[in-house]
Amino acid sequence: MSSAAEEKAVGFARREAGRGLDFSRPILIAVTALLVVMIVLPMGWLIAYSLSDKQGTATLGNFVTLFTDPSFVDPLITTLIIAVSVSAICCIVAAPLGWLVARTDMPLRRIVRTLVMASLVTPPFVGAIAWEMLAAPNSGLLNQLWRSLTGMPSDEALLDIYSLTGLIFVIACYTFPYVFILVANALDRMPGELEDASSMLGAKTWQTARRITVPLALPTLLAGALVAFLQALNLFGSPAILAIPAGFHTLTTRIWSLFQFPPKPELAAAASLPLLLLTILLLRGQALALGRRGYAVLGGKYGEPRLVRLGAWRLPAAALALLVLAMPLFLPYAALFNSAFSRVASRLVTLDTITLHNVRFTFLELSSTMPALKNTFLLATLSATLGAVLALLIAYIVARRAVPGHRVLAFLATAPLAIPGIVLGVGLFLAYTRPPLTLYGTLWILLIAFITIELPAAYQQLSSAFHAVHPELEEAGRMLGASRLRTLADITAPLLRSAVIATWCFVFVAVIRELSAAVILFTSETKVLSVLIFDLKESGDVGAIAVLSLTMVAITTIVVAVANRFGGGREAGRLHARTAG
Amino acid sequence: MAAAALLPFSTKVLSAAPPAETITPALIEAARKEGKVSYYTAMDLSVAEPMAKAFEAKFPGIKVAVERTGAERLFNRLAQETASNIKRCDVVNSSDAAHFITWKREGWLQPYVTVDIAENVAPEMRDPDGTFVNQRTHLSAMAYNSSLVKLEDAPKGFNDLLDPKYAGKLVKGHPGYSGTIMTATHQIARALGWGYFEKLAKQKVMQVQSATEPPKKLEAGERAVAVDGSDYLFWMGRERGVPIEVVYPIEGTPLIANPMAVFKAAPNPSAARLLFAWIMSGEGQEFLVNLSGQYPANLKVKAKAGRPPLSSIKTMRDDPVEVEKMADEIKAKYARIFKV
Repeated sequence: MSSAAEEKAVGFARREAGRGLDFSRPILIAVTALLVVMIVLPMGWLIAYSLSDKQGTATLGNFVTLFTDPSFVDPLITTLIIAVSVSAICCIVAAPLGWLVARTDMPLRRIVRTLVMASLVTPPFVGAIAWEMLAAPNSGLLNQLWRSLTGMPSDEALLDIYSLTGLIFVIACYTFPYVFILVANALDRMPGELEDASSMLGAKTWQTARRITVPLALPTLLAGALVAFLQALNLFGSPAILAIPAGFHTLTTRIWSLFQFPPKPELAAAASLPLLLLTILLLRGQALALGRRGYAVLGGKYGEPRLVRLGAWRLPAAALALLVLAMPLFLPYAALFNSAFSRVASRLVTLDTITLHNVRFTFLELSSTMPALKNTFLLATLSATLGAVLALLIAYIVARRAVPGHRVLAFLATAPLAIPGIVLGVGLFLAYTRPPLTLYGTLWILLIAFITIELPAAYQQLSSAFHAVHPELEEAGRMLGASRLRTLADITAPLLRSAVIATWCFVFVAVIRELSAAVILFTSETKVLSVLIFDLKESGDVGAIAVLSLTMVAITTIVVAVANRFGGGREAGRLHARTAG
Repeated sequence: MAAAALLPFSTKVLSAAPPAETITPALIEAARKEGKVSYYTAMDLSVAEPMAKAFEAKFPGIKVAVERTGAERLFNRLAQETASNIKRCDVVNSSDAAHFITWKREGWLQPYVTVDIAENVAPEMRDPDGTFVNQRTHLSAMAYNSSLVKLEDAPKGFNDLLDPKYAGKLVKGHPGYSGTIMTATHQIARALGWGYFEKLAKQKVMQVQSATEPPKKLEAGERAVAVDGSDYLFWMGRERGVPIEVVYPIEGTPLIANPMAVFKAAPNPSAARLLFAWIMSGEGQEFLVNLSGQYPANLKVKAKAGRPPLSSIKTMRDDPVEVEKMADEIKAKYARIFKV
């Protein structure tokens, strides 16, 4: 990793020294080699392993097992049911909510929008643990409340989180924000004139909605449905927390269970391939769906869309939005705070029972806390920094067509999107537990995993930022005799600063909450916060889990806030608006 | 007697154990130079971490890193780390005694005997070649939350749990993660047959992973009855005022030995020996007993007052040799029956 970064730096330095010499090719080769090490090698081993038995002889036996053994077929079916249901629920919730926030005069709509985005900071497995505290059939706080209100007998429950529906609900809670953001942004950009024209031609509000707004938003919603489907398909944390007590596996937890002793990497590799193939197929579908959206924004500038007046429905709408937000945000965090300061998570903490026992245990007794915090920070900072640099480099090369073959880079940088975290974990495990690069057991393997997982998002973010900066500015610099690096430093970099900071934040947050690859790749020396929480879950130490989860979320929130102060997200948005105009 | 079958071989076999050692100033000094020691264990954190802190207080300058996870995951972790040439484990302690047979055969364990072990630990509790010793014994007991189950409704043994009135009320650990449950599953299946588990699986059992979790689920009131779980945690909860009653099943209670060994590849060999020696000393054993009430291996140390003496409990017989042979089969059968 560092060697490639160095090579890149050296390349630039030489270019600076001997202007006129072409160092494009070495840079291209270095970056391509790096991406091969990160992506192609693990995936190659994955396929090779899936086609061999324990002795290494070629066989299709793993796939026969995969599609005939009920212990694989059942999880496969369960996973598909979950993904379809989550996708449907997310659309049903996110579409109206996105519309309310983007196109109506609902009170609190800005706050609702911010809070939905904020709920994404919650790692899904933490959300699942919090929902366990709320809706475990007997000890869940909501069930207890319901029993005390209705007098329902103690062995009946209103909610049972340890069930397929419970799992679907929790996954949907932490997936719908993705769909929401897509829908709300699309509705923001939708030309108001079309709707105005429709009303001017005498259409009623609902007719305009049906004939204009919905058809225009539909491709985005479809894309959102696919994003939700993929999230649910490849999620590991929430199923691991909820499905095992409920007595079933999803494909990701089943893959993980194959690493129990004796580990069966061949089967794990084979079981990973359906996830990989399905993801690739769906991403193609998503590209098609989003591709069609083009016509909605063709034709230059449009006016701000007009807000729909809700009239008497304003307050009910706001109440509904807050109710939706209670699911991923208010209720789970209340449960986590309660559990952090209570001896038993199932009892509401009072002034008499409030205790710092869990805080003391977590920070003074638990010997893994500090090493895990240190590892997590180091990895998040390094991944964010190196990831942003790598993404910036690739985005620049591709956007300015700086070297021949730049398209390969663009492909490799987006390819990891199709690799679920747990599959990448398995692939990296297979590739780097052997010479020449025995990286297993070091932080490097986690660093590779994290950068690889976040590279597509980082690349897309920066590449759109590059497209927003007019090449004329750079060309002017070049014409006045500045080298490419000089131009980059003096002209492009300042314009991109806020986009880079936003990308850095994004990767940082994503790394802190990553579990699915880490759970395959960690060793006792390289434990990160998410894995520590997962280990504590195994022994049921929910008090310590609550303290660690809140710490994790607090850190993430602070980092995002600080980065925003230094000109992150909002400024990036402004920059786009400015440079695109 | 307790852990009678901990040993695969009779003690009459010529011993290859090294001479017994004591904690010498030289050992302490060498350990202090290393400054740290890693302790891999399956024991609940509420006992393991305070024990580590007690050791740190006794020997300032040596930091203990506790690596706790279920014994079966610990076994997997050690196998992966060793295969990848990662040397981190100094002292290992697990609730699946069968693992020590494997590790000894692989040559991963460092023979090390202290005078405390040689003089105060029963021969059947230690390896004749001095590669491992039982650190403490606990039981996989049954228990119920007495605010949810009345005394007259309480189960008395495993077969009682098949009564339809317990459907949806049971919580149970998993042998794929927990050594306690692995050992217990072997003993229960041997005594009652696998058919018992097939019937039990129809009772809508809540499946958790570690044997340390059922006590916590009972305390939270999430389930009324624990099929299994570490007895010392049920007792510790009870002593804290949690309404828990411990049940020793009439069919017999699974007996769990918890051996400990110094790892041959220990990165901190002196600190490893010091921690090992201290845990087996009267002081270390007393600390464990006072805090958790587990049954000490050191005969000089008395069991905790207020807990039933081990001799008063009808226990099942543990058989690590068989568990070692059958572990994969037990995991596979269990996963098929309970679907996870």
